[in-house]
Amino acid sequence: MAFQEQHELHKRRFGRNLWLGVVLAAFVALVFGLTIVKVGGDRPDAAPDQAPAATEASQ
Amino acid sequence: MTDTTSVFEKTPEAEFGDFVALLKPRVMSLVVFTALTGLLVAPVPVHPLVAFTSILFIALGGGASGALNMWWDADIDRIMRRTRNRPIPAGKVTEGEALGFGLALSGISVVMLGLAANMFAGAFLAFTIFFYVVVYTMWLKRSTPQNIVIGGAAGAFPPMIGWAVATGGVSLESVLMFMLIFMWTPPHFWALALFMKSDYADADVPMLTVTHGRKATRTHILVYTLLLAPFALALAATSIGGPIYLAASLVLNGLFIAGALRIWRRDEAAAEADSYRAEKRFFGFSLSYLFLHFVALLAEAGLAQFGWGGW
Repeated sequence: MAFQEQHELHKRRFGRNLWLGVVLAAFVALVFGLTIVKVGGDRPDAAPDQAPAATEASQ
Repeated sequence: MTDTTSVFEKTPEAEFGDFVALLKPRVMSLVVFTALTGLLVAPVPVHPLVAFTSILFIALGGGASGALNMWWDADIDRIMRRTRNRPIPAGKVTEGEALGFGLALSGISVVMLGLAANMFAGAFLAFTIFFYVVVYTMWLKRSTPQNIVIGGAAGAFPPMIGWAVATGGVSLESVLMFMLIFMWTPPHFWALALFMKSDYADADVPMLTVTHGRKATRTHILVYTLLLAPFALALAATSIGGPIYLAASLVLNGLFIAGALRIWRRDEAAAEADSYRAEKRFFGFSLSYLFLHFVALLAEAGLAQFGWGGW
């Protein structure tokens, strides 16, 4: 059985879903970028020479 | 099939752009600009990605409150000419969709700003959305002719939030940026109300022009414009001001007061005669007034990088 011709509604729905996909992908990228900045950033309280000492102390 | 199609045509599914329109993109551009200025002139540097994320979610939070405002005000938006083409009155988005969209986006914006910047900035954004939607839209807009004055506060918070993103707090500078927009809003909107004559009366919104008459509105515009000037000029004396800002502010306030005086001196007959030319010019100039004040603040901050700017 052949599918019916696409209704205009389907085109609109596809457009909306496509944009939603783009927005979600951008959001994922943003959270990833933020994580990199927050975790690996140049925070004064996370100086690299202090980090190993803290790890040793906890072991 | 025919039945199904006709059902779809009666309630057309909203497009992506209709949801964007719910966010009031034009108001959003003002929010982005003032919040970004607040962030950039603050004395604490912010990582570019954190700054970008913060401004994005401040803008989305502002947009979310716009969507909630359109949900609550759908009944009067159908009546006013200016708002008749908004997504809900135009039948593109249902009221339920606007409510859900606004609430979800408010939550996401507040949480993301809190995580990206700091909890104080997130809480401040939540308060701003609450203030605009509950205090202004639901409570005061339809009950007092001072609605515009109160509503102006919601629009004046963004530079304070931008400042809070960088500093994590409030200071004299950010309060004065708030006062600049807060005192600017009433004359800006009352000038609009003077030439958008019947709209607010038709919708039963107690605009000053409707409740106290047009003569009183002209006086109010002048008084607020005069009260605005000291706040605008006081910013020049703070750590984010400087000679460029002072010069710009002197010229802009002089022109703004001159425009307000022109409106105050006219009566309705004179305004009708030239189809509200002075009122329309004052309204147009008010946008430049605010924009250029913030540009001057940015100029001071930009020049400070090279050892110029500031006092």
